[in-house]
Amino acid sequence: MRTIYLDNNATTRVADEVLEEMIPALRDVYGNPSSMHHKGAEAGAPLALARERVASLLGAQPEEILFTSCGTESDSTAINAALVANPDKKHIITTMVEHPAVKNYCEDLEKKGYRVTYVPVDRQGRLDLNALYASLSEDTAIVSVMWANNESGVIFPVEEIAKKVKAAGAVFHTDAVQAVGKIDINLADSAIDMLSLSGHKLHAPKGVGALYIRKGTRFAPFLMGGHQEKGRRAGTENHSSIIALGRACTLAAEKMEEENTRVKALRDRLEKGLLETIPNSFVNGNETDRLPNTCSISFEYVEGEAILLMMNEFGICASSGSACTSGSLEPSHVLRAMGVPFTAAHGTIRFSLSIDNTDEDIDTVLSSLPGIIHTLRQMSPFWAEAMAAKAE
Amino acid sequence: MWDYTEKVREHFLNPRNVGVVENANGVGEVGSLSCGDALKLTIRVGENDIIEDAKFQTFGCASAIASSSALTEMVKGLNLDDAAKITNDDIAEFLGGLPKEKIHCSVMGRDGLERAIADFRGEVVKESLGNVVCECFGVTDLEIERAVKEDGLTTIDQVIHHLKAGGGCGKCHDDIEALINKVKGGQTMEIIKPVRMSNMQKIKLIESTLEREIKPALQKDRGDIELVDVVDNKVYVRLQGSCATCSKSQVTLKNHVEAKLRELVTQDLVVEEVK
Repeated sequence: MRTIYLDNNATTRVADEVLEEMIPALRDVYGNPSSMHHKGAEAGAPLALARERVASLLGAQPEEILFTSCGTESDSTAINAALVANPDKKHIITTMVEHPAVKNYCEDLEKKGYRVTYVPVDRQGRLDLNALYASLSEDTAIVSVMWANNESGVIFPVEEIAKKVKAAGAVFHTDAVQAVGKIDINLADSAIDMLSLSGHKLHAPKGVGALYIRKGTRFAPFLMGGHQEKGRRAGTENHSSIIALGRACTLAAEKMEEENTRVKALRDRLEKGLLETIPNSFVNGNETDRLPNTCSISFEYVEGEAILLMMNEFGICASSGSACTSGSLEPSHVLRAMGVPFTAAHGTIRFSLSIDNTDEDIDTVLSSLPGIIHTLRQMSPFWAEAMAAKAE
Repeated sequence: MWDYTEKVREHFLNPRNVGVVENANGVGEVGSLSCGDALKLTIRVGENDIIEDAKFQTFGCASAIASSSALTEMVKGLNLDDAAKITNDDIAEFLGGLPKEKIHCSVMGRDGLERAIADFRGEVVKESLGNVVCECFGVTDLEIERAVKEDGLTTIDQVIHHLKAGGGCGKCHDDIEALINKVKGGQTMEIIKPVRMSNMQKIKLIESTLEREIKPALQKDRGDIELVDVVDNKVYVRLQGSCATCSKSQVTLKNHVEAKLRELVTQDLVVEEVK
């Protein structure tokens, strides 16, 4: 059975070009960059190149890039650094729809005496900017707002927010894990202080990430130990994965246009096709400011895990904001914050595409999913009720 | 990805008895759209109280659909008294087991059946009349007490997995804990130390003491304990979870586990750890 992989916001396939650069780094260039011999020196040069490549994708300087183990480490490092650098400030602003990497860290900080404001979103998943600005105060140490939401794909106006936050004297951080590689980012012209990214979301392997720290931003390390990364992040570099991340960034720059044209067109065709053929379905997230690859779609009166497992029979891989897949019992915090009606929150599926996807992939979904939803609805007591009510 | 058995998968993909029984004389409805799963079971009871037909409509995940399908297969042809004895464990067993987070799907099946039978008999299931403890999922104190008692639940996590109660906002955790303690308290009083015990009795008492008195405390600290064997007065146990790596585990074994077993079973027991 052919695999139709439409879960690229969860993770991506390591691109061939990336793997090609990674293998010699593992096999031949095995020295420790910190070592005083030729194997050490040999390992140092590609590391510098990777730093330049990551910086280039972001419109940043190489010395502003810190390599980490993942997006979560980048987020924790950024928030911790801002709090340590501003010990008198006890207020944090973030959103109700952040990834757990930021959300759960903030919730933990609340227990440690910090005050956290969680800015709400509207039905279209757009941030309540007035609420955000109104909560800014002299006590605010850091504002952390994701660049794009992983479930809805909605893009937040982080550059505009960063300016207001800077003017208020706080640090601005953005979790850009879902945005980097999918939309154009130029930090040179922005007021953003720190930005997190993750390798495996853009066709690099898992276990590598980066944190952009604007020159001049006060910083405190999260991991203590050796002098790696100029003392800003201790621990021997994940050498081959960093090299892979560098290549993935140049690849993303090469494919950015394709992502925003061909991939976006595939997504749009998928979305339109599903809405046309499946009654009682709707798309979550506002139409204009959305990642080109993401589609969150709700089907009323059916449950997400059942949809996913039936799609899996056709080789289709997607994800769901429903409770049952994660082992939690409530729909995702993002769908709840967006006020997705309870008739549909449990039946929400996220398709996330990448440059690997083809027209054939979309054809398979469009030919199989309407039947799956129909089958599950025939089983659902609520579908029968809803149809009876409609007939009256 | 859940580790579903082949039988769960098979019943999910090819569910038996979907729909509504014609001329049904018993209907059981549990769950709701907002809760994430719901079951409507219809049965037709014929002569000699035999369930002639049973069909289901289910909104929910794969294991909810499979549990409903299994239930209808199990009850068809049974008389009401025998059907009423079906437990959620029986449903899970029919399916070759369910992941522990999905036990509530089999409980939903059992509850649906119970309500359908009550509906046929013109009765009301008394547990549904209790006071709502978990507002997120609408679970009552009587329902929680019953599950704790009948399924031997000792932790909040187990209550969540069985009933979903406490699995939402978490505000009711203290109330659930109080209900667990209430039931447990009642049961502890019932433990009577026999003067002379057969080996079988002794092992059973050691087992139940571990379940009631020791496991809950260890599980609170993310640890656990398993009874491996009993030979004469030696009780062999295996520590699990955080206990397995805890530097104070030997102290726990002697001061807590052994002391409790000596108090509640017999004075001469010695607890030894098996790695």
